[in-house]
Amino acid sequence: MLTPPINTRDHITGNPQGTIELVEYGDFQCPYCGEAYPLVKHMLQALQDVKFIFRHFPLSEAHEYATDAALAAEAAGRQGKFWEMHDALYENQAQLSEGLLSQLAKILRLDMKQFAADMEDHQLLSKVEADFESGVRSGVNGTPTFFINGKRYNGDFTDLLSTLNGTDASESEI
Amino acid sequence: MLQQGDKAPDFTLSATPDRTVTLSSQQGKKIILAFYPADWSPVCSDQMALYNETLRLFEKHNAVIFGISVDGVWCHQAFSKDRHLHFDLLADFEPKGAVSDLYGVYKDGVSQRALFVIDETGTIQWSYLSPIGENPGADGILSALESLPG
Repeated sequence: MLTPPINTRDHITGNPQGTIELVEYGDFQCPYCGEAYPLVKHMLQALQDVKFIFRHFPLSEAHEYATDAALAAEAAGRQGKFWEMHDALYENQAQLSEGLLSQLAKILRLDMKQFAADMEDHQLLSKVEADFESGVRSGVNGTPTFFINGKRYNGDFTDLLSTLNGTDASESEI
Repeated sequence: MLQQGDKAPDFTLSATPDRTVTLSSQQGKKIILAFYPADWSPVCSDQMALYNETLRLFEKHNAVIFGISVDGVWCHQAFSKDRHLHFDLLADFEPKGAVSDLYGVYKDGVSQRALFVIDETGTIQWSYLSPIGENPGADGILSALESLPG
């Protein structure tokens, strides 16, 4: 089960009043998360009733930029652009580097001085670490891991849309 | 498979070509043993990568983790280096699977995917056998550690 449940510290997009709560634990440098990104985006457009939450699960030993990328998203979040940075990171995943983070921040027209200060802020690092720990607690063992209404989704993420639709993929194509 | 309340059998295994680890020498610490089938296989790699990231959570509970498989020390060393692991992988290599067998988790020539949490007195406080293709994660280990005193 998702521990802790969705709360005010979470970043929420989609339909905030949606009755289906979808949580992703992701890593900005994880290629599978990169593959899941357009599917989630498409799903949020196709379904009106989904509230989507992203929590950080950076595997920092395996992915050297994962934690910095998570911090960049949080720092952008302080300027109201968490989701813009989230999207930009996945859309430019192949070019991920330290330089890319500030480039994206510039493209998003963030206050660069503030962004640089926030990247070094321990509170943001604590938030990323708290997300990670909540993932471990919730039974996340790799990325991406999704939770639907608090329950871990063990299926393939390519089937998310049909699962959330409550219909079989083959049926929805008819 | 050994269960809660059983005495953890002592062992000495190689961690590197020139260093061994003896269970009974880890005094004053809780021990997590993570038996797994093989270095390099996808599920194992995810599991060990996860534990690599959760070391600080284990340390909060004064616990140290060892991975154990029947792979040899040189294989462990290459795997560990490739994945930047910061904990020891022990080689249950000669006689093959002997320690895994002592814990009741040796089958078909490999260690099963099994977890043990051992307290400071050397008593097993929690054990879990995972389906071989499934990454058991770290939540069970953390819950077990939390339920133990100090």
